[in-house]
Amino acid sequence: MAKIIVVTSGKGGVGKTTSSAAIGTGIAMRGFKTVIIDFDIGLRNLDLIMGCERRVVYDFVNVINGEANLKQAMIKDKRIDTLFILPASQTRDKDALSKEGVERILNELAEEFDYIICDSPAGIESGAMMALYFADEAIVVTNPEVSSVRDSDRILGMLSSKSRRAEQGLPGIKEHLLLTRYNPERVVKGEMLSVEDVGEILAIKLLGVIPESQAVLNASNSGTPVILDEESDAGQAYLDTVARLLGEDVPFRFLNVEKKGLLKRIFGG
Amino acid sequence: MSLLDYFRSTKKNTASTAKERLQIIVAHERNRRNSPDYLPQLERDILAVIRKYVDIADDQVSVSLEKSSDELSVLELNVTFPDDKK
Repeated sequence: MAKIIVVTSGKGGVGKTTSSAAIGTGIAMRGFKTVIIDFDIGLRNLDLIMGCERRVVYDFVNVINGEANLKQAMIKDKRIDTLFILPASQTRDKDALSKEGVERILNELAEEFDYIICDSPAGIESGAMMALYFADEAIVVTNPEVSSVRDSDRILGMLSSKSRRAEQGLPGIKEHLLLTRYNPERVVKGEMLSVEDVGEILAIKLLGVIPESQAVLNASNSGTPVILDEESDAGQAYLDTVARLLGEDVPFRFLNVEKKGLLKRIFGG
Repeated sequence: MSLLDYFRSTKKNTASTAKERLQIIVAHERNRRNSPDYLPQLERDILAVIRKYVDIADDQVSVSLEKSSDELSVLELNVTFPDDKK
C-alpha cells in the first residue's frame, strides 16, 4: 500500500516545490517507486523544477476528466528509473479538482507506487485542502520567520480537522517539520528564530533543516532537484531529511556557523 | 546616556521579539480554532448589550469557552470597564 505524503506550508515561497522535488527524488533514489503530483492548478511549476517542462502533454485535470489515462499523463524521470511526475493543469478553473476525482486517481496510483508525494499550492483554498485531504503524513515546510510560522500553525490545525483521517476518526496524519532557508549566522546574531524556537512554537517533530544555500537557485535554474547536487550543503541536508523520513536516525547538520579557516577568510569561498 | 551605557546598550534582539509575538498569537488562534463557530457572534452580541449602558471599545470584552470535561464547558466573560465611567 502506498504512503501518501503531502508537502504543505500555508505560506507561499517557503520551498514547498523545491522540497517536494528533492524529497521525492531522494525517496526514488532509494529504489522506492515514487510519483510527485503537482496540486498547484493554474500555476504549474513542479515540471520546471524537475526539468521536464517540455515533456508535458497531459496533466492531472485531464486524467480526472477522463481525457487521458495516467500512463499518458505521467512523466518518467530521465535520471531515476523509479521516479514519475504528474504535472498540474494550467486551467484557470480553481475548482477543477473534485474530491472524488482525486481519490480515484490516488487509488489507482496506490496500486503501483510505494510513495505518492503531493506538492500543495500555497494558501488554504480548495487546491491546498485537496492536497492534504488524503495524506498519511505531512511535511510542513517552514521558514524561520513570523508569517511562515504562523501560517504553518494554521495548516497544522487544518491537518488535524479537515483531513480524511480526521473526518473518519482514523489515527491522525503524522506531522513533520521541515525548516528551510535556515541561516545559522543570523541565528547566532539573534536576528533569526532558531530551530529550537520554531520547534517549541509548532510542537511537532523536526524532520530536517535545510540551510539557506546558493545551490537551491542553481538547481532550479538548471531543472535539477537540489538533492542530486550531493556536494552542496542543501543537497546533503535533503539526503539526511529523506533518511529520517524513511526511519533512519541521522544527526542534524548545518545548524551551526561554519568556522572559516585563515585561507578561506583571505581568499573567500 | 553615558559612554558606558552606550557600550552596554543591549538592544533586545529581534529573534526573541519574534518568538514572543508568535507564542501569543499562535496560542490565541489555537484557542479560537477549538471554539464553536457561534463564539464571535456571541461576543459581538454581548458587546452590543453592554454598549447600551457603558461606552467600551471592542477589545475590552473577551469571551472564551473552555471545555473542562465531556459534560461541562465554562463560558468565561471578561469585561474591562473604563475608569472614568464607573
